Amino acid sequence: MKDKKAKIRAFLKRFIRHHFQDDEDIFESGYVNSMIALQLVLFVESEFDITVENEDLKLENFSTVNALVRLIEYKTI
Amino acid sequence: MKMELTARQKQDHKTFRAFADEEIAPCADQYDQEARLPSELFTKLAERGYLGAILPEAYAGHGMDLITYGLLNQELGRSCSSVRGLVMLQNMVAHTILRWGSESQKERWLTKIASGERTAAFALTEPDVGSDAGNIETKVAPAHGSYILNGRKKWITVGQLADLFLVFGQYDGKLCALLLEKDTPGLSIHPMPGTLGMRAAMLAELHLNECQVPEENMVGGVGLGLVPVAVSALNFGRYSVAWGCVGIAQACLEASIQHTSHRKQFGHYLKEHQLIQAMIADMVTNLKAARLLCLQSGYAMESGEPQSIMDILVAKYFASTAATQAALNAIQIHGAIGLSPDHPVQRYLRDAKVMEIIEGTTQIHQMKIAEHTYGWDLDA
Repeated sequence: MKDKKAKIRAFLKRFIRHHFQDDEDIFESGYVNSMIALQLVLFVESEFDITVENEDLKLENFSTVNALVRLIEYKTI
Repeated sequence: MKMELTARQKQDHKTFRAFADEEIAPCADQYDQEARLPSELFTKLAERGYLGAILPEAYAGHGMDLITYGLLNQELGRSCSSVRGLVMLQNMVAHTILRWGSESQKERWLTKIASGERTAAFALTEPDVGSDAGNIETKVAPAHGSYILNGRKKWITVGQLADLFLVFGQYDGKLCALLLEKDTPGLSIHPMPGTLGMRAAMLAELHLNECQVPEENMVGGVGLGLVPVAVSALNFGRYSVAWGCVGIAQACLEASIQHTSHRKQFGHYLKEHQLIQAMIADMVTNLKAARLLCLQSGYAMESGEPQSIMDILVAKYFASTAATQAALNAIQIHGAIGLSPDHPVQRYLRDAKVMEIIEGTTQIHQMKIAEHTYGWDLDA
């Protein structure tokens, strides 16, 4: 889990000079535009070898580092 | 990075080029002047699998990889940008449903799109909202297992032909995407003739007045749904446009080489004049660079790399501006002949300029490229 969080933070850091806490809302921060959001979807797919489906496209699955880890772990079970 | 086409891709490219030369290019000026695409052409495109080019065979698609799809767009763009626009829209909506649609949406629509039984269009832009897509004004309201749509959409490519629209609207202040069928009561379609370029693309304005759409027609949910749905669709569209621009630039170069090799002035062929050679050199250089950027973005997209978003922005920005410059040079080289409706180079210029506006203007591309660049942490 620690490794996943580090990878997610490293990805976000490529676009946003801000250290997100585990439960800090990525979208409410105002840093994430629509293109970064799509890149985030592509990142979790390519980095963690999962496929984000239609039903996964909920804000709560992408809103925080913890939420992203939960989504990745749910999709890799 | 690998930049060489496979043997299969090279063969497919030859096939696309021959089809474009035989079936589209001879009629492209006529399509432009009549501002319409004939139904026979639609049938030919469907028969060859181009309308479902990127769809898997399970949905009656051609199953093309993205490089091959790019080559198809290049050859269609070289012959007629309006035809390329039609094929792009069909594949753009198909790609969106394939990527983000529900299983029932895939079952219901994809085979029909691939076969040409359904013609698809993408309805995001509005009379008062273009680049600022996040603030579209079309309203979506819930109504007993369905949604009610009210608003207007404008500059909808192939809107006069389409019978399935991927429409974007605001639901409770959040953005969403829905599939709207042409025969929905309250939907009226108004042709928009006389645009500068892509005149045969049959643009339309859509008026949505209390249009009722089943809730199962929503693609990707509300809120976050718009982000991947709209952005990935636009991204896919930009990729197609970028390759189409490579095609326009190629057409400009080929026409210019042909003309300068046969026309003499001051006792010499035009190609012997150094100022002509300078324009040809610029056209060749920009064309090669645009093609490489398209290939790079295609490989990145094919492997699902997040960086592909940025690569496609760069490719579309460069290729569209290069196509306009190539068309300006081609007209300059052709002189008065280039201004004539009897020669396609004037159409290339009009179409190239459109490419700098659709799927994001040149200036929006510049802003996004810079925004991403400044946003990068160089130490990461």
